[in-house]
Amino acid sequence: MMRLPSYRYRAPKTVADAAAWLAESPAETMLLAGGTDLIPNMKRRQQTPSTVIGLRSIPELTAITRGQGLTIGSGVTLTGLVHDARVRAHYVGLWQAVAQIATPHLRNMGTIGGNICLDTRCTYYDQTFEWRKAIDFCMKKDGDTCWVATSSDRCLAVSSTDSAPALIALGATVTLVSAAGTREVALSDLYANDGMHYLTRRRDEILTAVRLPSGNGWRSTYWKLRRRGSFDFPVASVAAAARFDGDHIVDARIVLGAVASRPLEVPAASARLVGQALSNDLITAVADDAYALAKPMDNTDFELVWRKKVVRSLVTSALRELRGDDMREARTKLARHPLIVVS
Amino acid sequence: MASNRPSAHLPIRPTGAAVIGRARRRVDGRAKVTGQTTFADDVMLPRMVHCRLLRSSVPHAKIVKVDISKAQALAGVHLVLTGEQFPTAYGILPVSHDEHALCRDVVRFVGDPVAAVVARDEATAEAAVNLIDVAYEPLRTFASPIDSLTYPEPRIHDYGDVGNVHKAVALQFGEVDDAIAKADHVFDDLFFFEGNTHLPLEQHATVATKDADGKLVVYSSTQTPHYLHRALAKALGIPAAHIRVIATPNGGGFGGKSDPFNHEVVVAYAAMRLDRPVKICLNREEVFYCHRGRHPVLMRFRAGVTNDGKLTGLDLQTLLDGGAYGSYGVASTFYTGALQTVTYDIPTYRFRGCRVFTNKPPCGPKRGHGTPQSRFGQEVQLDKIAERLSIDPADLRLNIVQPPDSLTANFLRVRTIGLSDCIKKVVERSGWRDKYRKLPHGKGVGLACSSYLSGAGLPINWNDLPHSGVQLKLDRSGGVTVFCGATEIGQGSDDVLVGIVAEVLGIDPFDVRAVTGDTDLTPVDLGSYSSRVTLMMGNAAIQAAERARELIADAVSTKLEIPKDRLVFAGRRVCDTEDPNKGCTFQEAVCMAEARFGTLGTTGSYTPPRSAARFKGGGVGPSPTYSYTAAVVEVDVDPDTGWVTVPRVWIAHDIGRALNPTLVRGQVEGGVYMGIGEALMEEQVFRRLPAKLSNALVHKFPSILEYKSPTSLDMPDVITDLIEDPDPAGPFGAKEVGQGPLLPIMPAVANAVYDAVGVRIDSIPVTPEKILRALEAKAAGKPARSGPASFPDILWPETLRVTPPWAGGDGRASNDPDRPTNRNVDAGVEARAAKAAWEKSTS
Amino acid sequence: MTKLRITMAVNGEPADLLVDPDKTLLEVLREDLNLTGTKHGCELGECGACAVLVDGQPLLSCLLVAHECEGRQVTTVEGLVEDGRLHPLQECFADLGGAQCGYCTPGILITAKALLDREPHPSRELIKEALSGNLCRCTGYQQILDAVEEAARRNP
Repeated sequence: MMRLPSYRYRAPKTVADAAAWLAESPAETMLLAGGTDLIPNMKRRQQTPSTVIGLRSIPELTAITRGQGLTIGSGVTLTGLVHDARVRAHYVGLWQAVAQIATPHLRNMGTIGGNICLDTRCTYYDQTFEWRKAIDFCMKKDGDTCWVATSSDRCLAVSSTDSAPALIALGATVTLVSAAGTREVALSDLYANDGMHYLTRRRDEILTAVRLPSGNGWRSTYWKLRRRGSFDFPVASVAAAARFDGDHIVDARIVLGAVASRPLEVPAASARLVGQALSNDLITAVADDAYALAKPMDNTDFELVWRKKVVRSLVTSALRELRGDDMREARTKLARHPLIVVS
Repeated sequence: MASNRPSAHLPIRPTGAAVIGRARRRVDGRAKVTGQTTFADDVMLPRMVHCRLLRSSVPHAKIVKVDISKAQALAGVHLVLTGEQFPTAYGILPVSHDEHALCRDVVRFVGDPVAAVVARDEATAEAAVNLIDVAYEPLRTFASPIDSLTYPEPRIHDYGDVGNVHKAVALQFGEVDDAIAKADHVFDDLFFFEGNTHLPLEQHATVATKDADGKLVVYSSTQTPHYLHRALAKALGIPAAHIRVIATPNGGGFGGKSDPFNHEVVVAYAAMRLDRPVKICLNREEVFYCHRGRHPVLMRFRAGVTNDGKLTGLDLQTLLDGGAYGSYGVASTFYTGALQTVTYDIPTYRFRGCRVFTNKPPCGPKRGHGTPQSRFGQEVQLDKIAERLSIDPADLRLNIVQPPDSLTANFLRVRTIGLSDCIKKVVERSGWRDKYRKLPHGKGVGLACSSYLSGAGLPINWNDLPHSGVQLKLDRSGGVTVFCGATEIGQGSDDVLVGIVAEVLGIDPFDVRAVTGDTDLTPVDLGSYSSRVTLMMGNAAIQAAERARELIADAVSTKLEIPKDRLVFAGRRVCDTEDPNKGCTFQEAVCMAEARFGTLGTTGSYTPPRSAARFKGGGVGPSPTYSYTAAVVEVDVDPDTGWVTVPRVWIAHDIGRALNPTLVRGQVEGGVYMGIGEALMEEQVFRRLPAKLSNALVHKFPSILEYKSPTSLDMPDVITDLIEDPDPAGPFGAKEVGQGPLLPIMPAVANAVYDAVGVRIDSIPVTPEKILRALEAKAAGKPARSGPASFPDILWPETLRVTPPWAGGDGRASNDPDRPTNRNVDAGVEARAAKAAWEKSTS
Repeated sequence: MTKLRITMAVNGEPADLLVDPDKTLLEVLREDLNLTGTKHGCELGECGACAVLVDGQPLLSCLLVAHECEGRQVTTVEGLVEDGRLHPLQECFADLGGAQCGYCTPGILITAKALLDREPHPSRELIKEALSGNLCRCTGYQQILDAVEEAARRNP
């Protein structure tokens, strides 16, 4: 049986305590929320913190509160989010993204904060110690080389979060708390395109909440590519959100998932869309923008050339759905998922 | 439903059978839904210690030094073992005893076990394993069959045909070159079938201990306790009589637990050394290293075809990537060429197969053993033939189905064959005639067929002993205990055993207790492989139960003065057919028999009929009878991305007779499931790092997450029909169902993709990448196909030439060199049997 | 390493244990409480075999640090039998072929129970979704779905 390495376990009751304890030795401490990312990684010895701070007993992290928009505690489970009527009604793209994460069990455990901070993934990295030893390890853990592209001077592990592209498209910000203070950053700024240093979160900071602006006037959607209808991380995805005035787009954001070490915004697309109605030609042009930007590497399921090609199709589907085309059949086939969940 | 009693509302079959043929709760159903079934890792014994293995981190190297001193010094460590303790080689086939429990001189793949630690708990054992230092001297890495064919040195093993070729075989039945040359059309097609693995949900586990008088006891998740028994005796040098192997119910097998494994030998040795129970449970990654799964196979099919779609001859070549050890590989090689002829009439046939060693986990028998790969090639080629000749693929097949009670070109005896009925059934149920070539672009249907053995006709160790034995114990309690070495791997063998005994004795299955898979307590059954258990154990059980019935009938007849031939056993009573009130309870009847004959016990055994094949290699393929299957698969393909979904599968299976229809349906649908996985997503593939920078050759993703097994959301709806035409060879007419229904799925998917978007995917799995590449090739005016481009030149051995039965052949090769045989049989008897079989088939 | 004390209710019975902080609920159930009905196929959250109910919700015991179950109600397959009677799901799985090798069965039964507790009459689509985190290599799921549907039909 795969077992955990030994560590010291601490369970604070408040964010303040958690931040204080984290500040004691941030480099050797890790935060445990749902455990669906950290625990397998620890069992495979990708991460071996000497102290683990469990966040499960902190009530202030598990609330969803309504203000101008919605403030979601980082400890809210993915299932909790999917069951929230406000998310379902006003942030459809986020709902679609979260409903397709992993499996029902893993959504019952995993949290939104955990999915935002999900470790980047790579088929050279998400392996046991013994396997990684057989390739003499990789840059991200215990080695020097990035085997995905041996000339690369940075780690090319893939951002595999489903929620982050959807949240960025919806303009989310996150709150980071440390013993030294609190700061709020745009979610987009939380990420860096580097497989090892993919978060700009300092190691002494706790992501406590994610804040969404009002969803009024916005339509959003999320299209995910993966092999199976369940379990699998995305190998390419697109989140699209647009605010409409009649047929015309007033504001828009398109964010790609799983084709870089961070969620990848497509700035050219936003510029192209504003002030326009979604014609077929426009959709094609935006899909081409996204295609040009996507840089999938050979470190996930499926072949990278094909994944890049499918980005075009995903963006087309997403924009057609925002336009109001009936995409249900195409979505069901691609997702292999009915987009219904147990209430 | 509190007991296992048959439900009253279920229809009673016209045969009057009370148990057989009725949908029943399986006898072990209650244990499985309460968590009571004790799998190997659930065995917890007092004083038990735990074992972990150190596995090679390099693909091919000499072991220079193994330093275990630090591991031995760790607190809590009881024992550290290396190859030194295991001088004796073992293996499943007598011709390839090439494994040692721990490697001695050479490691042959990443994952090959090098050392073992036994410690107070698993974590300590793991820590100690990491303290063992191994110095390796790298050898050339053989990553593909082409590497192995190109470089004869260094040899991965010092045995085998030549260089790194493990086995090459060449057989010819009739003048195939003439037949193909004279045909109206010649089809020459290349196919590739990627390797894939069993992925049983239960990871292999073993607990070894000493019994009260000091003899070895091994509990293991094995499909083949008898072969493990033999291997342990050999590898440890302990008489088999002093070893007891208990096969715990397997949490899925699919062929992956059919070899004797390193970890089984290691913990057996450790338990004897330490005189305390030792457990090992592999982790998932290690299960991928045990493997013995589907061989990657490259194939070339050259077929001669007449204008009306009849085959004149088939010339088949296969190249198998065997991985690092022999395993069942010699049999696997023959199986890629064995069963083409039992489905369709192929008057002339040549088969050449070659298995090479590579530095990867060994391949072996996965559900369908060696036959799914060439079944895929054959069924896709038939689809191409139908296309070119403008014949409906269903009609093309109906026109060439092998006749019943016939002998094939390669001397396989076909008995009942329900293939035509299967084809007609799926054609009707799927609405094939309204769909094939008539659906809109992007939607398609594909049809394919298959057949499979109901048990291998020859045992692995050639001898004249029965393949399955059953003992029955009856006593004054009225209870019956049935003993058999057969192994429950989820397929329902315990249920078949109990159901048959209950049927023959006219009692309720709940009155029968089964003791199975225990080499001390049960007579030998060869194991749960080759779909042999229902037929072989079933026939043995009938014999044992009928002998018991005979004894009871004698006693009752005398005591109650009822003529014996008027006695009927039914409803827990033994009574007079002419006056059902005259009789007694089953319990009273047993008492009468016990009083008259003394303690009651009967036995039954089963040995398959002799094969008509007398040539070398003819031992692979014969079976008492064959099952048949036809399937229609519907697909939906997105022409923009190649994304493929399978909404529905119609399947009809020639089962002979369904002993318990619930279990039969479960096997059919489970086969479809595994077929869908193989067709669309499952791959056991490897990663070679850039050779300039690294020697590494690793399994690409030895995890359940990245080895893609379909979920409930990926599984199509399955519409199952059973074709029942009882076969005289099977118990109550039953044939196999565990393997055959998997086989048509992969070709049917590929054929359906062609119907949907007009491209041929000649390699498995059928992935969206391949479909899109083929669509792009088609758009560019290139061949609308994705698949292998060439078959390498292989130096085949001299072809053994066997004259087919219809040309006067006697089953021997005209150029077969005399070979030593350990079969203790009178050659004259065998020759006469072959002649009689031939005469029967032609009369 | 200091062992920590946990108190939880397992199948309705109090369990009071001292365990290492690095033990998962799976290990504690199987190795400390001898509840071997809960299975494991990967210990990494990739198969669903180890699912148990924690406060009525199906979670993966292989990813749950035992200490995080302090004060919670844990239900395993051994807890499905009530008053000596099988749960309707158990009856239907046994009768309709929902269990072949039986290794994934405990996790699936537990997950299906949580489903029926929330949605007494789920559609087949919803059953598929609810069970999509439980791999089964034997059945092809059809008879499992049938069994859950039949158990739902027996729901009042």
